[in-house]
Amino acid sequence: MTTLTEGPPTPGPTAPPQPARRRERPVSKRQFHRHLLLIAMASVMFYPLAWMIGASFREDSQIADPGLWPGQFFTLDGYAQGWAGISGTPFWRFILNSLLVAGLCVIANLAACSVTAYAFARIRFRGRRVFFAIMLGTLMLPHHVILIPQYVLFRELDWLNTYLPFVVPKLLATDAFFVFLLVQFFRAIPRELDEAARIDGCGHLRIFWKVILPLSKPALATTAIFTFIYTWNDFFTPLIYLTNTELYTVPLALRSFIDATSYSAFGALFAMSVVSLLPVLGAFIAFQRLLVEGIATSGLKG
Amino acid sequence: MTTTSAPHEAVPRTPPEPTARSNKRALRENLAGYAFMTPWLLGFAFIIGGPMIVSLYLSFTDYSLLSDPEFVGVENYQRMFTGDDRFLAALEVTLTYLVVSVPLVQVFALFLATSLNKGIRGLTIYRALFYVPSLIGGSVAIAILWRSIFQGNGLLNSALGSLGIDSDFAWITTPSTALSTLILLNVWQFGAAMIIYLAGLRQVPTELYEAAMVDGAGPARRFLSITLPMLSPVILFNLLMNIVAAFQAFNTAYVVSNGTGGPADSTLFYTLYLYQRGFVDFDMGYASALGWVLLLISAVVAALLFGASRRLVFYGDES
Repeated sequence: MTTLTEGPPTPGPTAPPQPARRRERPVSKRQFHRHLLLIAMASVMFYPLAWMIGASFREDSQIADPGLWPGQFFTLDGYAQGWAGISGTPFWRFILNSLLVAGLCVIANLAACSVTAYAFARIRFRGRRVFFAIMLGTLMLPHHVILIPQYVLFRELDWLNTYLPFVVPKLLATDAFFVFLLVQFFRAIPRELDEAARIDGCGHLRIFWKVILPLSKPALATTAIFTFIYTWNDFFTPLIYLTNTELYTVPLALRSFIDATSYSAFGALFAMSVVSLLPVLGAFIAFQRLLVEGIATSGLKG
Repeated sequence: MTTTSAPHEAVPRTPPEPTARSNKRALRENLAGYAFMTPWLLGFAFIIGGPMIVSLYLSFTDYSLLSDPEFVGVENYQRMFTGDDRFLAALEVTLTYLVVSVPLVQVFALFLATSLNKGIRGLTIYRALFYVPSLIGGSVAIAILWRSIFQGNGLLNSALGSLGIDSDFAWITTPSTALSTLILLNVWQFGAAMIIYLAGLRQVPTELYEAAMVDGAGPARRFLSITLPMLSPVILFNLLMNIVAAFQAFNTAYVVSNGTGGPADSTLFYTLYLYQRGFVDFDMGYASALGWVLLLISAVVAALLFGASRRLVFYGDES
């Protein structure tokens, strides 16, 4: 905790603009130091990542070199080798698999969580308080307590080596985090809009479809992007349910790479690791504001 | 405000008056409610609640998937606490990981959030940048990166070498340091917590700081007497979320240790052990028991946290 108090003395986070302007010089010097500190921290944090990107373009013999720029050792061999995939299955296949699973999960989560959230936020039915409390409880439930029976069930249903164990739970709104996020958002929409629609003769289905959903695009987009990223990164579900190499998603394929390749082929491993990060980083760059605000409000609106 | 207060929000503010007409409407509302809830109700029955009960039953059985579960009473639980060193090792690893990394995450997140909250230029860029690790930190790619940083001929040692410090210390294959590298990886992902703290700081009334400054309170005093109490609901929320996540950490330990939890069980996270018992040894009964013990431990920790929060968390006027 002491680190927190050692910061340079400042006029407080919310100094009124006038005194700040009057003392412009010391403030900007302090600002300079703060920028220096922040940039130093960011550099330390991102150095390994930058190193991995650089190393993925280096010859295998030079992989451990701490420099960032490949220079004379530049090669695309790692990408060529990695792209060839595992035991005859090309890497693009894993990417397609991952995109398919993630896409299906996004659609399933959007549909199921928004419908459920509408019920919690807008319909006054008996028992909704109890169900809402249960739903919040499942938010903190360790997934591992239901893992074994789920596996037994999906195995009985002959769902091993299919994508159903990924999609069906989402289709059944078990991703409580997003139900909660959408409930919070729906509640903030003025009820007068519903009332007006009701007077016009709209039922819940039309209110949900014509009033609530169009006004909830930011929350729905946040749900979609987070679901995409989580599903894309998900390692545990494919580890348990997929054994057929052709069905592997990217994380499982990467993990198999470690076994399939010796240390001499680290270039390929790095190259495909970098490839696997691109969709997440791309989604982040494109929707940075939505993601940041989605995270921020998850903990704050009440 | 945190999620903890959310259940109260579900209380209908104006209950409909009991007339014949509103009765009919109430019936319609009930029908509509359950119709809209159908996915969740099915999901709760078949994906969460049902499996929980089944897993409780399985935890009292010997079950290998090949034959029917055989009831053995409390044997699984007994074995866990009296004859299973790896269970105790797994518990210790997960608790160490949690107790060290979760507070460190809060310290970094709070420090960065308060630094960024001082009207700094480029706030959105910094905020986004520090958040990136939280998005990718759990991925296999980053686990592979972590492995190649901390192995004997990895990045850390070669970087030390170029600074003139010769080292071939194998951080991830030495029991005493392996867990620390995973703790570091968790701390690396402080960004999500930082964003939530930042949003919380925005809601602290500026008058409080102005008044404190008029009274001559220094920055340390202002932090301890204003920032911390005003942020306490957010701190509780972040602690809860990070503890839940820490209990369930799996990917990195699996990838870094090749699924073994080694060296010498030093990265045998609880979930990794559960996975091994369930999906490597096919000891499904024992794995179910492990799942229930994890649930009970998390529930106790959450209860302790809420108990402490009752005295320590300041909810402002609303409480």
